[in-house]
Amino acid sequence: MARKAITGNGAIALALKQVEPDVMAAYPITPQTEIAQNYAQYVANGDVVTEYIAVESEHSAMSAAIGSAAAGARTITATSSQGFALMWEMLFIAASLRLPITMPVITRALSGPINIHCDHSDSMGGRDCGWIQLYGEDAQEGYDNAIQAFRIAEHMDVRLPVMTMIDGFIISGAIGPVETLDDEQVKEFVGDYVAVNSLLNVEKPVTVGAFDSLGGWYFEHKIAQNRAMENAMDVIEEVGREFGELFGREYAHFKTHEVEDADIVLVAIGSAAGNVKTVVTKLRAEGRKVGVLKVRTFRPFPTEQIREALSGAKVIGVMDRSDSFGAQGGPLFTEVSAAMYGGESHPQIYNFIYGLGGRDIFPDDIEGAVEMLEKAAAGDTLAQQRHYLNVREG
Amino acid sequence: MAKPKEIANKPERLTGGHRLCAGCGAPVAVRQVMGVCPGPAVVSVSTGCLEVSTTIYPYTAWKDSMIHSAFENAGATISGVETAYNSLKKQGKIKDDMYFVAFGGDGGTYDIGLQSLSGAVERGHNFVFVCYDNGAYMNTGFQRSSATPQGAWTTTSPVGKESAGKQQNRKDLTAILVAHDIPYAATASPHNFKDLMSKAEKAFATPGPAFINVISPCPRGWRTPGDQTIALAKEAVQSCYWPLYEVENGKYKINYKPKGDKKTPVADWLKKQGRFAHLFKPGNEAVLADIQDYIDRKWEELLKKEECLA
Repeated sequence: MARKAITGNGAIALALKQVEPDVMAAYPITPQTEIAQNYAQYVANGDVVTEYIAVESEHSAMSAAIGSAAAGARTITATSSQGFALMWEMLFIAASLRLPITMPVITRALSGPINIHCDHSDSMGGRDCGWIQLYGEDAQEGYDNAIQAFRIAEHMDVRLPVMTMIDGFIISGAIGPVETLDDEQVKEFVGDYVAVNSLLNVEKPVTVGAFDSLGGWYFEHKIAQNRAMENAMDVIEEVGREFGELFGREYAHFKTHEVEDADIVLVAIGSAAGNVKTVVTKLRAEGRKVGVLKVRTFRPFPTEQIREALSGAKVIGVMDRSDSFGAQGGPLFTEVSAAMYGGESHPQIYNFIYGLGGRDIFPDDIEGAVEMLEKAAAGDTLAQQRHYLNVREG
Repeated sequence: MAKPKEIANKPERLTGGHRLCAGCGAPVAVRQVMGVCPGPAVVSVSTGCLEVSTTIYPYTAWKDSMIHSAFENAGATISGVETAYNSLKKQGKIKDDMYFVAFGGDGGTYDIGLQSLSGAVERGHNFVFVCYDNGAYMNTGFQRSSATPQGAWTTTSPVGKESAGKQQNRKDLTAILVAHDIPYAATASPHNFKDLMSKAEKAFATPGPAFINVISPCPRGWRTPGDQTIALAKEAVQSCYWPLYEVENGKYKINYKPKGDKKTPVADWLKKQGRFAHLFKPGNEAVLADIQDYIDRKWEELLKKEECLA
């Protein structure tokens, strides 16, 4: 193990290098580019056995990844924003073919208007495409999640693709401390790849992606796919626990800070969870009963565990870095609200949309949100459910 | 090339019982290509007639491994498969020699799949791409593609007071592939199976990408009797609507040159197809002349290319 000063992208590229998959198909896009180019350099240097396909688009990146994974190769790609959107059609197909592709997503706002900075509209837009989604707060989590993704995706009870998110620029481009593992530790943790129904098995040819229409089994296949998602719930925890036992950094579906006796809990995802934690620590010192729940697993959504963790809260503030046009709130808000509806306690839940297109979020903005929630906790129900933080007037 | 009889006696690699229409040109082309494939293959097929009709779950007509994922990506998909093969072979994880083939209709090749094919060819993957060109989106019920010839009726180039069918000429896709400096590109027709199969053999033997564009009459979309498919393919070649030629490392060779009267007027061929019936009504003489002019110009152009780049 070593402690390195490295960018979020650099840490993820290193994790992928240490796993050393058989094939990478990638197309450069800001802010993911550093991963595509670092990995190309590893290949050029002869550091990895990986074959690199420098495809002509993200649609082809995911199509080639599907071909490669179906041919029995451990396969990766990485993307952001418009690239993610261009892959969208193929994301569903990768999942439905049960191909354990892994993909770091360096989150960035979707056009239009064009904006290259961070928000979660790309990955959240793909939340129902059948991929497992793990969100990291910082470069360390990006690195650790990228490694664990292989174990989760390739688990025989799961066999689903996994995307691991870090926030574009804020994390991907910032240099921070990362505890890296040794190559052997990573390889041993991830293990050998086991191909299932490979196209390259000449003894047993297979047809992949058959026509499964009316009179076929499409419906049953979709149910089986969702069952694999349910299975992933335990597998993600098992893998996170084992990672913790071996390397001292344990992972679960989410992490809480000062939640147990809190009247007010903020739910956050991505890099802003760290900012919220700082604010919570400060407010606790002032005697204010505030906590934070940081979501790591968004798909499958850990409904029951989150409901349980938030059952003592009077008021919940859900922070979304993407909006959902015409819906009741952002994607995280609607998930948390739905989870709480099924519980005994029915806390008030408010939504704070922040950071679209890379807009900064300051401690004062978060404190302002807490003040609103404190009013609500005191019985002064807020007029609006959805609030926007650090928005320009006029 | 092996004798046709020997090839015919080899086990089928696309079995009967699939649901393609009687008289469809596509499975004929597939069987001719796969008949000379020298070893086990992985086949990538773009969404279309061939794909939906040969893989109705839980059945498959393919004896080789086959993958379909979407419409526009047969080229990218096969490049992923071929790269996986290279990686695993280098690592000693697989031993067998394998071949990689992609089949697409004209929609999946000329139109929506062009970028993916272009990328795969530029990257130099070792694969054979076969386009079965029936001149429209036949699977969805006859909509125009960029391979649809001028004057053809389709449901999106309909015939009416203001329109005599498709107004534009075809995209010259084979020329586009040649412009990639692809090691091997050819046109072929199922009526001349010897020519088609020897081209497929060359394509399989070519290191790197190879492309074969096969004319594939479609009785439903062309409005022709199912038993006329092979005759129509033959006449397409005789009229020079579909010249047979190949380009090997930049060198052109025309495989069939009709001399004098042997080059039949295209109108004779058009007349046999219901999709052109409106052209033979008074008022559309100019369209017919345009079509003939275009074919003659392209044929002259091809003769010159051969002369300069033989």
